[in-house]
Amino acid sequence: MVPRPWRVVRVRRETHDTKTLELEPTEPLSFPFQPGQFNMLYVFGIGEVPISISGDPQEPHRLVHTVRAVGAVTRALCSLKRGDVVGVRGPFGSAWPVEEAEGHDVVIVAGGIGLAPLRPALHHVLANRGKYGNVVLLYGARTPRDLLYRKELERWRGRFDLQVEVTVDSAGEGWYGHVGVVTTLIPRADFDPAETVAWVCGPEIMMRFTVQALRERGVSPEDVYISMERNMKCAVGFCGHCQFGPEFVCKDGPVFRFAEIERFFRVREV
Amino acid sequence: MRLDLDLRATGQHVIDRGDFHVLFKALRRRGYQVVGPRVRDGAIVYDALDSVDDLPQGWTDEQDAGHYRLKRREDPALFGYVVGPHSWKKFLFPPHLRLWRARRNGDDPGFEVQPEPLPDTKYAFLGVRSCELHALFVQDRVFLGEKHADPVYKALRERAFLVAVNCTQAGGTCFCVSMRTGPKAQGGFDLALTEVLDGERHYFVVEVGSERGREVLQDVPHREASPQEVAQAEERVKQAEGQMGRTLDTRGIKELLYRNLEHPRWDEVAQRCLSCANCTMVCPTCFCSTVEDVTDLKGETAERVRRWDSCFSLEFSYLHGGSLRRSVKSRYRQWMTHKLATWIDQFGTSGCVGCGRCITWCPVGIDITEELRAIRESDGLTRGGGEEA
Repeated sequence: MVPRPWRVVRVRRETHDTKTLELEPTEPLSFPFQPGQFNMLYVFGIGEVPISISGDPQEPHRLVHTVRAVGAVTRALCSLKRGDVVGVRGPFGSAWPVEEAEGHDVVIVAGGIGLAPLRPALHHVLANRGKYGNVVLLYGARTPRDLLYRKELERWRGRFDLQVEVTVDSAGEGWYGHVGVVTTLIPRADFDPAETVAWVCGPEIMMRFTVQALRERGVSPEDVYISMERNMKCAVGFCGHCQFGPEFVCKDGPVFRFAEIERFFRVREV
Repeated sequence: MRLDLDLRATGQHVIDRGDFHVLFKALRRRGYQVVGPRVRDGAIVYDALDSVDDLPQGWTDEQDAGHYRLKRREDPALFGYVVGPHSWKKFLFPPHLRLWRARRNGDDPGFEVQPEPLPDTKYAFLGVRSCELHALFVQDRVFLGEKHADPVYKALRERAFLVAVNCTQAGGTCFCVSMRTGPKAQGGFDLALTEVLDGERHYFVVEVGSERGREVLQDVPHREASPQEVAQAEERVKQAEGQMGRTLDTRGIKELLYRNLEHPRWDEVAQRCLSCANCTMVCPTCFCSTVEDVTDLKGETAERVRRWDSCFSLEFSYLHGGSLRRSVKSRYRQWMTHKLATWIDQFGTSGCVGCGRCITWCPVGIDITEELRAIRESDGLTRGGGEEA
């Protein structure tokens, strides 16, 4: 329940408002986590926020967090320099069901910063590529300037065993890719709907339409998983802030089978 | 002291009013800090008690929606009231608690975190009503989970000695019978008392609930209860059972609320609700909290403080850029649906014990039993006014 100090060893600027921090423990420590889990990151004296783990689960000695500066704590996280220290509690929450998905086609749909919690899942799938069928990454961002992990995306796009489609809501000169919301990529993705597992993360409105578009292609809500976001203070189900209907997003989620939360997902202001 | 008397496990005992003060001594000798009811600020509140004289002798309370008054009784009963604005949760789940402190190491950007030592207070709760015992059981499920347990709650809860008091009268907002949580304490206590005033006689029928309870009772003058005395006590508890000020129909309650998340009654109650959070503060099971991270002026030391929070505040659901539950309607719906429905999915029990505090202490007198009834009577109504297909 008490934060442990980790040192910032690398800061990578992803976009104008988003950075990726690489952290190493101040004392030797292995930190096993599952793709989709999150940590509570604490900046001395400022506060603590839940941030998804974005690193490769095969590298448990290092933590990678991609943070968008949207509030006091995330702004403080984004202004950290190499050598600074943050407090870490975790890992918390449920994971993308990467093992259950073996033998199936995997469709990963991300919107904006929603790619951050999906990155470890894609790393896992690529590290165990032979166990999966077709693998598709569909990624939408507002503009080309908002794309995360740009170099890695380009590398992934160069692979023959992975379909990567990227779209932006609005583009300027110099963009030759797709323009439109991420759901417009679903009809062009190559997967067998009856044999597909989909992992979706992004704004709730994006997840709602993604589930609908997947359903139209024949993917059952039973096979769709989404990652939810809520205010969190404790991360262990005590503070009550993250309640979403009967679920505590911190411990029952953040990754949920869509069919299990559909009833509350439809209601406004739950 | 009469220590030589027979203490049968199933038998009941009697402590005379004149000997009741010895219970305080017996508890204190074992290192317990006795906390219980006393009159303060025009209400019966729970606080430290020095002696039997601190108990609200001769007082009772009159309660209704948005209404609480202390009144004099015609007899010198010590426990002749129902429940006040406080509950025992304030001792086990402190309203304000420092979790840890952190200190910077000179110019190094690092810092060291020092957890707070666990409390070692041994509380003796004197006067725990049956509904309140159930509230403790409910909070046990919240804070003593299999995967995570709140260490402060655990430390205090394990040490706490519980003296239950069976209700011999019900209040105007009570509905423990509906929630099957009272008025008689059925277990989970160390000692349970039923206060009997019968003409000139004034005594407590005592039931032992644990080995610790038996040991404490050994130190207090007592005798075996006669069948008449036990019958007198039972009759009074029975009387309370018939006096419930409110009722709540719990049949199919979870599904009822789950299928009425868009019921127009939520809009209607939101017109009255002030979103003041009183109901959550007085509720003996509400457990939400927030944390505050602060530093000293020099920025060398920081600390994290946990304090009670409420789902009625706008900030409660804040998520980068705004709050998710902006309308009062959504916050009232969250509170009531959590209390009566989602709690069942989360913890296998209702979050409501029927104590009636939220009704009494609501400044505009919103009544959870009435709100549920309104939804039940027009089950399936949606905002357009039509039935859902």
